[in-house]
Amino acid sequence: MTGRAERIGLLALPGLSFLAVIYALPLFMLLLKSVQIDGQFSFAEYVAFFSDSYNLSVLWRTLRVALLTTGLALIIAYPTAIIMARAKGFWLSVFLVAMVLPMSVGVVVKAFAWTILFRTRGVLNDTLMSLGITDAPIRMLFTETALIIGAANVFLPFMVLPIYAVLRQMDSRLPEAAASLGATPVFRFMNVTFPLSLPGVVAGCAFTFSLAISMYVIPSLIVGERQQTLSMLTARSFLYLRNEALGATISSILLLIAISVVLTSSWAANRLGARQ
Amino acid sequence: MTGTDRLALALSWVVALGCVIFLMLPIVITLAASFTSSAVYTLPPPEWSLRWYQSLERRSGLWEAVTLSLNLAVVSTAISLILGTLAAIAVTRGSFRGREAIATFTVSPLMMPGLVVGVALLQFFREIGLRDAYVSLLLGHIVITLPFVMRTLLASMAAFDFSLVDAARTLGLSYPRAIFQVLVPNLAPAYLTGGLFAFLASMDNYPISIFLTDARNKTLPIKMLQYLEEQPDPSLAAISSGLILLACIVLVIGSRTVGLNRMIQG
Repeated sequence: MTGRAERIGLLALPGLSFLAVIYALPLFMLLLKSVQIDGQFSFAEYVAFFSDSYNLSVLWRTLRVALLTTGLALIIAYPTAIIMARAKGFWLSVFLVAMVLPMSVGVVVKAFAWTILFRTRGVLNDTLMSLGITDAPIRMLFTETALIIGAANVFLPFMVLPIYAVLRQMDSRLPEAAASLGATPVFRFMNVTFPLSLPGVVAGCAFTFSLAISMYVIPSLIVGERQQTLSMLTARSFLYLRNEALGATISSILLLIAISVVLTSSWAANRLGARQ
Repeated sequence: MTGTDRLALALSWVVALGCVIFLMLPIVITLAASFTSSAVYTLPPPEWSLRWYQSLERRSGLWEAVTLSLNLAVVSTAISLILGTLAAIAVTRGSFRGREAIATFTVSPLMMPGLVVGVALLQFFREIGLRDAYVSLLLGHIVITLPFVMRTLLASMAAFDFSLVDAARTLGLSYPRAIFQVLVPNLAPAYLTGGLFAFLASMDNYPISIFLTDARNKTLPIKMLQYLEEQPDPSLAAISSGLILLACIVLVIGSRTVGLNRMIQG
């Protein structure tokens, strides 16, 4: 049988070689290109990138927006996942539709909808003014706050679902057992529910952060060219400026951030898994 | 239940219901904006009308973009289902080293910045002299769809009883026939879920496609952003509503055949 089990491995070849040639190799060549100038090995492009204060402000803005987006999504997602994991029947269907339908509708559609909402004479300002919260319309489109709200909206299902999946699998008798032993609600949450949900939290945060760090459509529609992010700068250097060296460097930086998020989160997930 | 318990639960319900409204908001807004009679986005619309749906006929290049996007989504998903089935069988049943690494690698494009993959493909295709925009787009879209298929197939094959395939083989079926007649029907929910999400991801992709298009081959998301720059009237909301309808159809198919709960866990 060993012979056949080994031959079965060959079935992976078409898919693997496809991804090796049309995905891994191009990414590797991109990385290589960013450390080469005229065939010579050099970090000059990176030095140039990091010594430009404009680039640093873009990098900082990208990281800040991604962190705040992840944080906002987590604050909304965690209680939602707890309620979802307890829900049955009608309410469970409501929550599932609210997760899956927005996930199935494209980013372009949702980002566009937020530009309608955030318009100075848009729905949000009209509501705020009719409620008497503000007298004059507030400028919302083209602000970082609007970007974070829009991005959190788009990525929210990717935060809720991993936490929901973990909580759903959790034995609901565990907190009850803790309660019957006299544990207070706070103690129970901190020592039973929360630690058990951590793998889901890590997975959700990693996914949301890596999506937020590289989002392109959402910031180009909501904040526009004035406040660049790393991916907008990449697109601009390739599509408009024709500065491919700069583009290759920025995309390599984005790639390295993405890879380190993946490695860190899988390391954290393994640690959490080993502890339990 | 103690008072603290009840308070925490009530607060969680408030957040959860707020979350549902927040998530549905963009969809409701788009639908409402598409039925306006006015030329700007005023909500609620002063009067309801279908004029922006009728105006879609006059949008140049819209139909071509829709057919190109559908074409790419269907073809790339089909290829990914084939490649994904073979690779997932190999990872689940094979006895070679590094199967875990292969599984991670095939799912990894999900976590990579799309724009970076697009840039890398642009330079790579230029390097090897591939000039055909359709072929470039198709190859790029297989990279987009394959991880969605792999993720669901790997999860479901891990739970599949492969002795069924062996039984079919002792009954005289060849290995490929046994896979096609026993494994595939048994894993139909995974195929449907993975295929549907792959299809939608391809339909929606902007960051990879933008680097691989030419003047004649523009996918729907690219065309939509172009319209948004040139002439941002409510006909865009009408196009968006069409895409929302497509997502609803996909969702109804999925929930009728697989169930929503299985769809999200696939």
